[in-house]
Amino acid sequence: MKECGRKIVILIITLLIVSFLVFLAFTVIPGDPATSMLGTQATPEKVAALREEMGLNEPFMVRYVKWIASFLQGDMGTSYSYQMPVRDMIVDKIPITLTLTIMAFVFMLVLGIPLGIYAAQHVGGKIDSVICAINQFSLAIPPFFLGILMTYVFGLLLHLFTPGGFISYEVNMGAFLRYMVFPSLAIAIPKSAMAAKLLRSSVIEQAKLDYAKTAYSKGNTTKAVLWNHVLKNAMIPVITFLGMALADMIAGSIIIEQVFGIPGIGRILLTSISNRDYPVVQAIIVCIAFIVNIVNLFVDLLYRVIDPRIRME
Amino acid sequence: MSEKTHGVKTMRKSEKEQAAKRINYNLRIGAVITITMCVFILIGFVYTPYNPEAMDETQKLAGISWHHFLGCDNFGRDIFSRVLKGSGTTLLVATGTILIGTGAGIILGALTGYYGGWLDEILMRINDAIFAFPSILLALVFISLLGTGTVNIVIALGIAFIPSFARIVRSEFLRCKNMDYVKQAKLIGAGDLRIMFVHILPNTLPVLLSSVMIGFNNAVLAEAGMSYLGIGVQPPFASLGRMLSEAQAYLFTRPGYALSIGIFIILLVLGFGLLGEGIKELK
Repeated sequence: MKECGRKIVILIITLLIVSFLVFLAFTVIPGDPATSMLGTQATPEKVAALREEMGLNEPFMVRYVKWIASFLQGDMGTSYSYQMPVRDMIVDKIPITLTLTIMAFVFMLVLGIPLGIYAAQHVGGKIDSVICAINQFSLAIPPFFLGILMTYVFGLLLHLFTPGGFISYEVNMGAFLRYMVFPSLAIAIPKSAMAAKLLRSSVIEQAKLDYAKTAYSKGNTTKAVLWNHVLKNAMIPVITFLGMALADMIAGSIIIEQVFGIPGIGRILLTSISNRDYPVVQAIIVCIAFIVNIVNLFVDLLYRVIDPRIRME
Repeated sequence: MSEKTHGVKTMRKSEKEQAAKRINYNLRIGAVITITMCVFILIGFVYTPYNPEAMDETQKLAGISWHHFLGCDNFGRDIFSRVLKGSGTTLLVATGTILIGTGAGIILGALTGYYGGWLDEILMRINDAIFAFPSILLALVFISLLGTGTVNIVIALGIAFIPSFARIVRSEFLRCKNMDYVKQAKLIGAGDLRIMFVHILPNTLPVLLSSVMIGFNNAVLAEAGMSYLGIGVQPPFASLGRMLSEAQAYLFTRPGYALSIGIFIILLVLGFGLLGEGIKELK
């Protein structure tokens, strides 16, 4: 419990560092926010008035504290190009991206873990080599190319879905989820290959250790050793990977959204980057940082549940 | 014996026995693919069958023929020439990224690993905070700060790759700094910088080399991804990612267009990936 509290303190410090770095980065870049909001034709008086209104004349630290305080209350600032609160822009897009990421994560577990166990059970066999070869191959496929391939094969040839025919979850939940299957598979397949590879080598590593030998000598079958003894230990490095993979998937969904024409967080982020709409970029980046760090905390806590050795320390 | 009967038990076989029997396929196949690709790309720097930017109205979306190996794109530009030029760009961006990433990573990792103390504590806290970010996202942040363009994407990706290299180098330096050869170098009177970069650094090479290979792959994929999103290499320069996004519009009429570019990317990454695996197996 004490350890848990320490972790949460570290989490808060990390989040403060990240938000500070992001805020600093977007403050030091050349270009005046007031000018970019009003356009180049604005009179200097107007710009000066807006600067005052936006609080740009205040010292940096004051602005940071104000920004982070209002951020925590749910006010994420105002978009330069759309003149509307950032919150309203992203709040109904978050479920789309989140669904995509979570579905991809589930697919990764469902595909990767059984494949990894299977490959480890049959080391050196034909199927193991095939799995390893497919692994190596799918690691080399960029997820967006996989997405394009899927669009072609499942969308245009087999007509399993309509490319570009995205339906919002507010309109039809079933159709929305159905449309998300292929995009999330495109994210999940390369990651599940990695998970399978990692789990396989981890199981092999663990099976060489003394406790596995002891379990054998007590008359356990290969299956029993694997399921009751080896697997629990072998999962530990895999969980580290899963945490990192989830963070990667959030980033990966930005690209995949573009491939399949899904109007999620990724699209807003990209248009904001090309419009230099910094409040939006800033808000999205900090939100993602929050999610990533909370996932990491969760992974840390999960270790404790799985591995009593860490709990004892 | 069927596969089912050995199962987990085979894992207990001595590993040397297995390693001796196995030919290092990864290294061989990886080397063959990489060398072939590099020869193609190097030729592409000095010679392409057509001017990659020249448009030919009569050849719009032409199919595969003797004149155009992979056909032509929507502007009538020769795809094969563009793929050669484009992978050259991708390769240059990836190389630049790795140079920045490893360069700064080595310096940071060496200083923090060797000296330790408060500097290490502060830098590694920041490093960890940044490391938690997926590198693509980090690169997106820097692109939004710097603006789009080829040089900016090299800088953005390069910075995004620093934390992971710094971490690897730091842990290697931590491992090496108390070894006998370092103590001996100190006794002779070698300076800290000399010990760090002349004595310890060469000993970290095996680890560094395989992570450079992985990093290189990630850089190729990241560049392709960014250019695909339209925030990487800007037209008229050819880039594999950019071409893929152009090809996507013609997926139904000319699937070969997107496919040929995709396969080129895959081969490039696969070659380096296998090479990296092969190097790891050598140890």
